[in-house]
Amino acid sequence: ECFKKKKKQPTATLTVQLTLACVSAPQLFYSFFKSLVGKDVVVELKNDLSICGTLHSVDQYLNIKLTDISVTDPEKYPHMLSVKNCFIRGSVVRYVQLPADEVDTQLLQDAARKEAMQQKQ
Amino acid sequence: MFQQSIKQCGFVAYQSRTKTFLQPTTNTVEEPLDLIRLSLDERIYVKMRNDRELRGRLHAYDQHLNMILGDVEETVTTVEIDEETYEELYKSTKRNIPMLFVRGDGVVLVAPPLRVG
Repeated sequence: ECFKKKKKQPTATLTVQLTLACVSAPQLFYSFFKSLVGKDVVVELKNDLSICGTLHSVDQYLNIKLTDISVTDPEKYPHMLSVKNCFIRGSVVRYVQLPADEVDTQLLQDAARKEAMQQKQ
Repeated sequence: MFQQSIKQCGFVAYQSRTKTFLQPTTNTVEEPLDLIRLSLDERIYVKMRNDRELRGRLHAYDQHLNMILGDVEETVTTVEIDEETYEELYKSTKRNIPMLFVRGDGVVLVAPPLRVG
């Protein structure tokens, strides 16, 4: 009974993350970031620059567009006082610091397991 | 293009806040990424490029080793060399981050947390 396979569509309460992870395999983090659009994040680049801003958009390469940016950490690195928006190439990102309360860890873990299964098959 | 054999050994129920999911799963560990799958929701140690180390709870990963870690402590180790004595002084800087996405191309090693003694 609880092991009968359920085929019904995910309801609206299910977030974008898990739904899109089912559709095409290597999309977990793309879907995850799409669910964070509009939230404030801090992107730390490989050249040690940290940029705080609002996540505007993301693409399949995890390129990131941020709006309303400011340089966090003491502004010892490029003073981007006049820059309001920026596009960051995904490959130069080292970390993205996320608001912990915006992340559903249980859902993420489930999606990661699914993704791992899909990758193998 | 798709492999014919489906290595499923059964179903496992996973509980999220609102739903129970049934996911096909194989309990056998076949490739290195399966070992990482066993560490989901566990604390792990990640060694990265540029003498950085992370310790945190693994929430998600993919085949590139992109990861989401929670309750992370990052340690950056630097070596300062005394100009006169040429002594090497190792310094480490730590910081805590509540939730972190780590890009996979910086990851070198993933392991269970190191136990001292």
